[in-house]
Amino acid sequence: MASEEPLFDPSLKKRKKKTVAFTEDPLGAEADPTAPAPDTIESTTVNGDAVNLGPKTAHELMKSTGDEEGETKKEDEDYKAMFGDLKKKKKKKEIPLDLGDDSGTSTPTAAPSEGAAPAITSEDLDFSDIKKKKKSSKKKAAFDLDAFEKELNETKTKSSTAEDEDDEGDVNPNLDHLDDADLGDDPFAQADAPVGVEAGNEAWLKSDRDYTYPELLTRFYASLHAANPSLLSSSSQKRYTIAPPSIHREGNKKSIFANISDICKKMHRQPEHVIQFLFSEMGTTGSVDGAGRLVIKGRFQQKQIENVLRRYIVEYVTCKTCKSPDTLLTKENRIFFMACESCGSRRSVNAIKSGFQAQVGKRSKTKTG
Amino acid sequence: MSVQNLNTFDPFADEGDPLGDSQDVGSQADYIHIRIQQRNGRKTLTTLQGLPKQYDTKKILKAFKKEFACNGTLVEDEKLGQVIQLQGDQRAKISNFLIENGIDKSTIKVHGF
Repeated sequence: MASEEPLFDPSLKKRKKKTVAFTEDPLGAEADPTAPAPDTIESTTVNGDAVNLGPKTAHELMKSTGDEEGETKKEDEDYKAMFGDLKKKKKKKEIPLDLGDDSGTSTPTAAPSEGAAPAITSEDLDFSDIKKKKKSSKKKAAFDLDAFEKELNETKTKSSTAEDEDDEGDVNPNLDHLDDADLGDDPFAQADAPVGVEAGNEAWLKSDRDYTYPELLTRFYASLHAANPSLLSSSSQKRYTIAPPSIHREGNKKSIFANISDICKKMHRQPEHVIQFLFSEMGTTGSVDGAGRLVIKGRFQQKQIENVLRRYIVEYVTCKTCKSPDTLLTKENRIFFMACESCGSRRSVNAIKSGFQAQVGKRSKTKTG
Repeated sequence: MSVQNLNTFDPFADEGDPLGDSQDVGSQADYIHIRIQQRNGRKTLTTLQGLPKQYDTKKILKAFKKEFACNGTLVEDEKLGQVIQLQGDQRAKISNFLIENGIDKSTIKVHGF
């Protein structure tokens, strides 16, 4: 039975082909600012976009897909934080914000959502926007003219710096020579570039200016990840994966959840608890058949069951403190407690209550049954 | 005279059972629940349970019906009080409606698949 949510979500399909992946990141989304860096390689090729702003494209990609998904889901923050692409979307927002602190303008927040054609939010932005656009499309001549004009109008910098820019063209870290007004959006532009930059051709090598903090930070992460790739995979990609639920239709009105015992084993939860949750969430009933499969009354698709399972995992499996799925659920005095194996925290969890059940179907059936 | 700093306070005093005084540990009392139920075919039913007492359920139902262009009814449940039933999957619309009308998002729980 199809729900009213858009079912054909390309990102969902792509992602969920093999396994249901749950990201487990103890430090939260903002822990590793350059974690998405490796993605740039893949997604720039996939994207084929003219925008060559380092992490931009990858994030853009993630965001555009993630956005659709975000609309369909109405879950809380915890839930969002768990899943890969959604998490990346979040992270993406985080990065520009960091830079925003450095620069002091609103440029970074506006630009990431727009990508190649950023929105104009302030006077300062005018300049930077055009600059960026031209830069990405590599129209050097036009860029120079525009930038030159703007600079004359707005910042009244020395002509030498403008020439400087002419010489360098795309390499904008040189703008550091400009005055403070310009410096505002500068770190933003820098931060875009160096992520893709390999060691040895950092921007500051060509000029005699000082390197900035974001540059050094990205350089550090780049070299760190280059030196030990294992760190990369474990820090940002450590995922909690379970097999996707396999749902078959039995007859017209029943669905069979075949691998529920496997999933319960993987989650270290009693099947009864999971089943109780499933039934109360979906407002239906069912039974377990001889082979340990769950027969659910009503038509359900794999995606729908998966959604409910995700919510179960957020609520009853992952530790709220450290996000680790390594938890134990015990019942004491009719209250369930969840104890985390990795951080030792212990908290009570909501009892599963089915709530109001409306009368569905024939009344005569319920009378006799 | 009373000096606040000289008051005796035993930081290690037994606080008692942390769960002892709160009856509603793990209860769903203060949440607004929006649920969905399957009917036959691709029909569904949405129920709204636990609306705070200060709201007039009848008027809200009327607004729902007009806004979402669906039918609905008010069901009396002996335990849960008044429950609004609407035809079709109106979960997202209901939660949007409630949030727009000043109900805290954190008190709304949307269930279902």
